[in-house]
Amino acid sequence: MPILVLAEHDHASCRSATRHAVAAASKLPGDVHVLVAGHDAGGAAKEAAAIAGVAKVLHVDAAHLAQPTAENLAAQILAVAATGGYTHLVAPATGTGKNVMPRVAAKLDVAQLSDITGIESADTFVRPIYAGNAFATVQSKDAVKVITVRTTAFEAAGSGGSAAVEPVAAAAPAGGAKVTGQELTKSERPELTGARVVVSGGRGLGNGENYRKLLEPLADRLNAALGASRAAVDAGYVPNDYQVGQTGKIVAPDLYVAVGISGAIQHLAGMKDSKVIVAINKDPEAPIFQIADYGLVGDLFDVVPQLVDALPPR
Amino acid sequence: MVKVRVKADGSGVETANVKMSMNPFDEISVEEAVRLKEKGIASEVVAVSCGAAACQETLRTALAIGADRAILVQSDAELQPLAVAKLLAAVVKRESPQLVILGKQAIDDDANQVGQMLAALLDWPQATFASKVEVAEGKATVKREVDGGLETVEMALPAVVTTDLRLNEPRYATLPNIMKAKKKPLDTLDPAGLGVDVAPRLATLKVVEPPKRKGGGRVADVAELVSKLRNEAKVLP
Repeated sequence: MPILVLAEHDHASCRSATRHAVAAASKLPGDVHVLVAGHDAGGAAKEAAAIAGVAKVLHVDAAHLAQPTAENLAAQILAVAATGGYTHLVAPATGTGKNVMPRVAAKLDVAQLSDITGIESADTFVRPIYAGNAFATVQSKDAVKVITVRTTAFEAAGSGGSAAVEPVAAAAPAGGAKVTGQELTKSERPELTGARVVVSGGRGLGNGENYRKLLEPLADRLNAALGASRAAVDAGYVPNDYQVGQTGKIVAPDLYVAVGISGAIQHLAGMKDSKVIVAINKDPEAPIFQIADYGLVGDLFDVVPQLVDALPPR
Repeated sequence: MVKVRVKADGSGVETANVKMSMNPFDEISVEEAVRLKEKGIASEVVAVSCGAAACQETLRTALAIGADRAILVQSDAELQPLAVAKLLAAVVKRESPQLVILGKQAIDDDANQVGQMLAALLDWPQATFASKVEVAEGKATVKREVDGGLETVEMALPAVVTTDLRLNEPRYATLPNIMKAKKKPLDTLDPAGLGVDVAPRLATLKVVEPPKRKGGGRVADVAELVSKLRNEAKVLP
């Protein structure tokens, strides 16, 4: 009985989140099918077919899937699921996955499992609760399991697959809502949730100009993605998509550099699985030092430029 | 924030003697609804909660912030998101609101499901993770926080909105309003009366604390930091 994975993509190619979801799905019994629903999404479909572990790609192409609403994506998943006999419907726990999958679950009258970090068996999963301060092992009794996967908990599937790509007719567009605009951050930097190194700034930076002046050169030297605490985003230093934390993005890079971040529990929830944590803060009592591998107590306005100078330019 | 403690027998998180309060995202929802009323867009704000009788306290807080009426769907059973969504759908069918505003996630189970499930059960459009909501001429225009930035969605009413952190800053209930809230109507319903089966679908087998991360390492200066990152942690080329 196959498993369906909803691909996260930008039509031209798949986002790395898809590979983590496929990796998770591959631990379940059954063939893994990937659904690429988009507009002029042949590139994404082709890439999905080459992901290791994928048995088949279902490619749906329609104009109303160019900037899809939850209603349209859910309708598409349900249409495919109706004939596919899928035991598990899986998506990465990205903004899209979180928006769409509960809607799918309710239409199927089944529970939804959010943000799983472990798979014990086909019906038993581990997921974080209370901002990751506890982990619950839960067993689903429903015939179809609808799941979103915490991408940092499953190593991305590589390439090497050669699955067939099957064109599938699009479900009729669902009315009621439409996307009328987008304001997306444009950046040459690595994407935050998949980056090997993250440089993250908090309220200690004081304002957005300081954030940029101090952290951009550091991120350049480290080829890092840029992140921020909730406080920094609320204060307007950076846009909302930089937020790392319980209700923002969950990251687990090889190196996380926290600059001027005190280390509230809600922030730790988003980065405590990083392999190496560096903290720079002038307050020796800041909670961040309790989880930092290398804590430097000092004035970030001195320390960060020194650190930039000590690192070779790329 | 209270430190979370897992029960020694692994059956769950310790909640006895812990002070409960309104979920922060729901404070934002109530605030947004009250603002819509203050702008003359909403004619009435009804606050709803599902759970034990103690939830009445939280509903009184909502009334003190400015809701007109409250409804408690009372149940001591474990209410999982699908059950909550079904109870809310039943309440919606009785009340016929044009807009339902919910917090995007509860900070205990971190599920982030009820709003989306409610919209599905009602077959209404949804706009989740809202950072701005405008309502005019039977439409809601919502700015949503998405992974890459912001997205604007336009929906015909009736619709469901879930709130994100930056939608608004909730007001504090003033003492006069807390007193007035005691007299506002608070009705109690129950799942059986609403015809909803709330039996849980997920069985929690165990709850554990994650392994504690060893921290507290210190470096004296940038030179030591760089050296350790390169030679010890090996995260620098």
